[in-house]
Amino acid sequence: MGCKIDCVGEVVTAYLDGEIDHHTAKGIREEIDAAIERNSPSLLILDFRDVTFMDSSGIGLVMGRYRQIKLTDGELHVTNTSPQIFKVMRLAGLDRLAVIDKGGKVR
Amino acid sequence: MKQKLINEFKMNLLARSSNESFARVAIAAFITQLDPTIDEICDIKTAVSEAVTNCIVHAYKEKLGQIYITVRIYEGGNVMIKIKDRGCGIPDIPQAMEPMFTTAGGERAGLGFAVMQSFMDKLKVVSKVGSGTTVTFTKQLQLRGQND
Repeated sequence: MGCKIDCVGEVVTAYLDGEIDHHTAKGIREEIDAAIERNSPSLLILDFRDVTFMDSSGIGLVMGRYRQIKLTDGELHVTNTSPQIFKVMRLAGLDRLAVIDKGGKVR
Repeated sequence: MKQKLINEFKMNLLARSSNESFARVAIAAFITQLDPTIDEICDIKTAVSEAVTNCIVHAYKEKLGQIYITVRIYEGGNVMIKIKDRGCGIPDIPQAMEPMFTTAGGERAGLGFAVMQSFMDKLKVVSKVGSGTTVTFTKQLQLRGQND
């Protein structure tokens, strides 16, 4: 599990990779929070394109980043969620907190 | 009607977070003999991940106890998964099962049981404070080839 982070202007994009569970979530959270701290972005994009599995630890991760970014009035977008990941997110009502797109497909 | 047991798999694991991924992959591999769909495998892996994480985060906390896993598959495509610990137990099961309720703090979403309930057909939780918790869930798989 890794996380590649790109910063362009006021936009921070975190490309998550692999499996997100209780074991891996901490490392990802630290990397993203360090990038938020450094850049104070107005938009944080979490890209789930290369995430192969996610349980409710991923919900904690997304909600926690939502709170972080809201502290500075920023916005959170979640993109490229697979059907399994979207199902977990919708169960938690994350689709009401953040803009979630499922890989460009029309909902 | 009692269903005929086709196969059974048992394992014990140390309550280490690195075993979360192993547990769900091992169980998913065992279930492939029923030829499940990708969605069914994903649902089962997610439910298993929640139950095993609960053993590590809640039941044993800082301790390294054993997690006891039994998987049974029955004729007709029914899957039963039992995940048991000898940890601290749950004092109030209905409260623990409420979505967003968590005692763990940090960034735990409090959705473990909600995920298990939503992704599996049946969920049973038996717990005794000081002795441990047993979570049992079942899912009926759609057997391909037996459908229209």
